[in-house]
Amino acid sequence: MKGKSLLEGGAGRFLVGLAPYAWLLVFFLVPFLIVLKISLSEPQMGIPPYMPLVDWAEGAFKGTLAGYRTLLGDNLYLLAYLGSLRLAGMATLGCLLLGYPAAYAIARAPRSRRQALLMLVALPFWTSFLIRVYAWIGILKNEGLLNMALMGMGVISEPLQILETDTAVTIGMVYSYLPFMILPLYATLEKMDLSLLEAAADLGCRPFRAFLAVTLPLSMPGVVAGCMLVFIPAVGEFVIPDLLGGPDTLVIGKVLWAEFFDNRDWPTASAVAVAMLVLLVVPIMVFQHFEAKRAERGE
Amino acid sequence: MAQASVKREVVAPWNDPQAVPLIRFEGISKRFGDFTAVEHVDLAIHKGEFFSLLGASGCGKTTLLRILAGFETPTTGRILIDGQDVTGVPPYERPVNMMFQSYALFPHMSVADNIAFGLKQDGLPKTVIRDKVAAALDLVQMGRFSGRKPHQLSGGQRQRVALARCLAKEPKVVLLDEPLAALDKKLREATQLELVNIQDRVGITFVMVTHDQGEAMTMSSRIGVMNAGRIEQVGGPVDIYEYPGTRFVADFIGAANMFQGTAREGEGALAVACPELEHDLSVTDAGTVAGGTPVTVMVRPEKVMIGRDKPQAGLNWAEGVVSDIAYLGDVSIYHVRLASGRKVQALRTNLHHGDDSRLTWEDPVFLAWHPADSLVLTR
Repeated sequence: MKGKSLLEGGAGRFLVGLAPYAWLLVFFLVPFLIVLKISLSEPQMGIPPYMPLVDWAEGAFKGTLAGYRTLLGDNLYLLAYLGSLRLAGMATLGCLLLGYPAAYAIARAPRSRRQALLMLVALPFWTSFLIRVYAWIGILKNEGLLNMALMGMGVISEPLQILETDTAVTIGMVYSYLPFMILPLYATLEKMDLSLLEAAADLGCRPFRAFLAVTLPLSMPGVVAGCMLVFIPAVGEFVIPDLLGGPDTLVIGKVLWAEFFDNRDWPTASAVAVAMLVLLVVPIMVFQHFEAKRAERGE
Repeated sequence: MAQASVKREVVAPWNDPQAVPLIRFEGISKRFGDFTAVEHVDLAIHKGEFFSLLGASGCGKTTLLRILAGFETPTTGRILIDGQDVTGVPPYERPVNMMFQSYALFPHMSVADNIAFGLKQDGLPKTVIRDKVAAALDLVQMGRFSGRKPHQLSGGQRQRVALARCLAKEPKVVLLDEPLAALDKKLREATQLELVNIQDRVGITFVMVTHDQGEAMTMSSRIGVMNAGRIEQVGGPVDIYEYPGTRFVADFIGAANMFQGTAREGEGALAVACPELEHDLSVTDAGTVAGGTPVTVMVRPEKVMIGRDKPQAGLNWAEGVVSDIAYLGDVSIYHVRLASGRKVQALRTNLHHGDDSRLTWEDPVFLAWHPADSLVLTR
């Protein structure tokens, strides 16, 4: 009897452990394999807009690398990838420069106030992401709040063209992804042993040097986590470049959209998606490497 | 007593009115909101001393140490180190180094880098830093571990690295905040004496905070006993144990039998009437206590003799029955209940194997102690 109940417990644990993997299998791995399959198919005019990969009647494999060849043949795709990486990089840098002091201030605030401050960081999530990005149009456009304020103060005489530039896209991304930078940074800064800073001061180290020598290196796990959480989704971002960017804003998300919905070239679009995923594996592996090193140190 | 102080004067600068102390607390108070952590402390610590601040948790000893390190600013008063007023000087400009209770080793730096950290702040040349790091590591016998990270060390090894780190800068004062609290008992006892030996070799003044009276007694040249933000008494281990100045110190350090009573008029040894005892207590060297003054007579358990025979004349004595025995192996502590219901502790060394004469529960016994071995406390 006892053995049986133990077995049931084991089976229950196994099922609970299985659930997330089943989810990932059905909603990530299978769709990805479908996308991979489409990327290797030949396009056609029709529904679906691609040929089957295997012709069962003839028993022949009809796969093609044409989609991938298109990627390499036209430097539009390369430029879009680079554009995405550049914008995501700038957004990540912006989030880091704004987020680090914010996370630091929250982590060093009196304990009673920290929860309220963290709440404020998460507060924007209560409004739709789309509406918040739209609101930036009202701020950044030529007759928008920012230009009116600057002209009202006499800082500028002509409105600045911000909307429909990469600057606007960067601003929008920094704004949207800032909480994802602040939260992991806060988590590492908050659990830092403050007696380390006292020890640094005690050994003759001034506060700013102590920050560089102790706080900053010890917060690197948070910096890496925050950067990855911002950079990875920012590379594939579509909404922000579409709404705030101009016609010159070349990012992979927009190219993907154009291939799928304007050109209806699903194999090429799928190839773009697969290539992007491969591209993002690199930063994810960097992240994993840091995490593994941290686990090794027993932190 | 007079003889003892003459003997000590040779090595005790605190008994020399001409000696200039290295550290001077002058009227130091520290308040956190409504709470007074340190209340008007005046204290002088001399060069080369191993000074301990001893007290229960919350008595203000750590606050006082942190004021000396510069982590807390006193609400009132000032601090001088080597004649210089350092009250407003930030920690990174003070000639003191602290060993933290948590050790506060930098987890991302190797043992050698941890020790070099303070030396680098002084902008010393690389070769000098390397030599000083090696010397500091040798001092604590950790030379083999210079490349390790703190998380690869045991608790005792971390403690050594922390000590080496605060000695490396050769400060005027080393501050130790419960330095041995994280070690297990055996290692702690071995480290106590080693720490004293190291202090002796480097000749740096040590100020230690501890709640462990055994540790303070073993290691210190002098001890400041703290209670509720004040320093109750400053003295050598023998002074505070044998001659506590207040009831608090008598009770806090070691075990003590305390009898409340009233001083009688008279010449010579002081006679004290205690309602709990059938005979007056006699105390020599009681100083001048006016008749009728309420006093406390203190006698340590090891000074109380216990036996079946009536003690000789001239001793303070009482009779009762053994109510509890704490057998500790080397010694036994007998709790004796007197007729008044009052319990008195007597300590006896277990000199022989299988002692048949050993007292047991409910045995009628006599207690006795010499008038010179008890003390009158008025505070």
